[in-house]
Amino acid sequence: MEVTTATETNHSTWNGGKNKPLGASYGKMMMWFFILSDALTFSGFLGAYGLTRFKFIQSWPIADEVFTHVPFLHGVNAPMYYVAFMTFVLIFSSVTMVLAVDAGHQMKKNKVTFYMLLTIVGGLIFLSSQAWEWKTFIGGEYGALQLKDGKIIQFVDKTGHQIALKDFAIHSNSERVQQTSAKGLWFVKENKLPPYTVQEVLNGFKANPDITIRTEQLNLETKQKTIVPRGKAMAFLNEAKAVVKGANLRVNEYGKTAFADFFFFITGFHGFHVFSGVVINIIIFFNVILGTYQRRGHYEMVEKVGLYWHFVDLVWVFVFTFFYLI
Amino acid sequence: MAHTQKHTSHTKLIWKVFGILSVITVVEVFLGIDKPDFLYLTKFLGTNLLNLLFIVLTLVKAYYIAWFFMHMADEKKNLRRAVVWTAVFLIAYLAALLLIEGNYIHDVLGPLTKWNY
Repeated sequence: MEVTTATETNHSTWNGGKNKPLGASYGKMMMWFFILSDALTFSGFLGAYGLTRFKFIQSWPIADEVFTHVPFLHGVNAPMYYVAFMTFVLIFSSVTMVLAVDAGHQMKKNKVTFYMLLTIVGGLIFLSSQAWEWKTFIGGEYGALQLKDGKIIQFVDKTGHQIALKDFAIHSNSERVQQTSAKGLWFVKENKLPPYTVQEVLNGFKANPDITIRTEQLNLETKQKTIVPRGKAMAFLNEAKAVVKGANLRVNEYGKTAFADFFFFITGFHGFHVFSGVVINIIIFFNVILGTYQRRGHYEMVEKVGLYWHFVDLVWVFVFTFFYLI
Repeated sequence: MAHTQKHTSHTKLIWKVFGILSVITVVEVFLGIDKPDFLYLTKFLGTNLLNLLFIVLTLVKAYYIAWFFMHMADEKKNLRRAVVWTAVFLIAYLAALLLIEGNYIHDVLGPLTKWNY
C-alpha cells in the first residue's frame, strides 16, 4: 500500500511534490475525469429513459418489434442482428485502438498508423450504420392510427402479426395536397401529408373482415400487446385523429412519443460522440504520420484519444442493453 | 511518466479480451432474440431475470473494457478509485431514485389510463 504523506518540506511540495498521488500526467488524468463527468451525463439520459419506461411500463413499445431491419434484406424479420453488427464494429474498433496504443508503447510508428486507420474506418462504418438505422426508424414500416387522446392503434392480421396500412387502405384518389405558401396559403403551416387519410384507412378496415387492431397496452403476464377483437375495434377507430407513418419528435407509429424522443436523443448524443471521436482520431492519425509523437518520444496522445474512444464503446454497451435488449 | 513500465506487447491479452467481449455479446443477442420464457416471464426485483442477466453481462463487459482496453488495471489505486467509485456511487444513487419515482408515477397514473372505448 502506498502512503501519500508529504515528506518533503522544501518548495517542491508546494508544486505538488514528488508524490504524484494519482500517478498520471495532467492530460491523462483530465481525460479520465472528463470521461467520468460524461458518464454521469449519459447516466442521466439513460436514467430518464428508465423513469419514463417505468412510468409507461404497461404500454412501452417492444424494441424487438421496432428494430427488425437489416440492409438489403427487405421484409425479412431480423430483430437485433443489425444492432449486434453495430456493436461488433464498435468493439472491434476498440480493439484496433488499443492495439495502436500498444504499438505506441513500443514506438512502432507504422503499426500505430495502420491501427489508427482501422479505428477510423470502424468509426465511419458505425456512423453510417447508425444513419441507416435512423432513416429506417424515421421512415417507418407499417403505419398506424393516432387516437384523439394520443394513443397509437396498429393493425394486425388473423395470426396477430402487424400489417402495413398500404396492404389494406383503399385509395380514394383525393386531390388534397399539402398546404404551402407557394399555393397561396401563406397564413397556414402544414406538415407533410401522411400517405393515407383516416377515412381511407377506415374504409380499408371495413372492407377486410380478417384484420383487427391492437392497442399499446401490454399484457404484463405474456408481455405481448393487447389485440382487440374485431367486434370492438370500431369503437376505437371512431376516435382516430390522424394517420402516422414513421417517427418524428411529436408522434411515431411504434407507440409512446417519448420512445422515439429518447431514441433520437440518446443514440443521437452517442452518435455525436462517435463523430467527435472520429474527427479527433483523424487529427491524431495525421500527427502520427507526420512523426510528431515519434519526435516527442512517446505516444501518450494516442493513449488519451484511445481513452475517449473506448469510452464511446463503453457507453454503446449500455445503450445497447437498455435500449435494445431490455 | 508512465513510461518506466516495461514495453512488452500485450497483444495476446487484447485478443483474449476481445474474445470474451464477443462471446458475451453473442450470448446477449441470442437471449435477446430467443427470450426464453423461464427467464423472461418471471418477476424479480421490479423486473425479470432476463433483464437482470443482461445488466450483469453488461457490467462484466464494462469491466473488461475499462480494465484492459482503457488500462485501468495499470493505473494507480488512487486514480482508479477516484474515477470508478465516484461513478458507481453517483450512478447507483441516481438510478435508484429515478426508477423508484418512475414506478411511483406508474402506480398513480396507470389506473387512470383508459384502455376501453
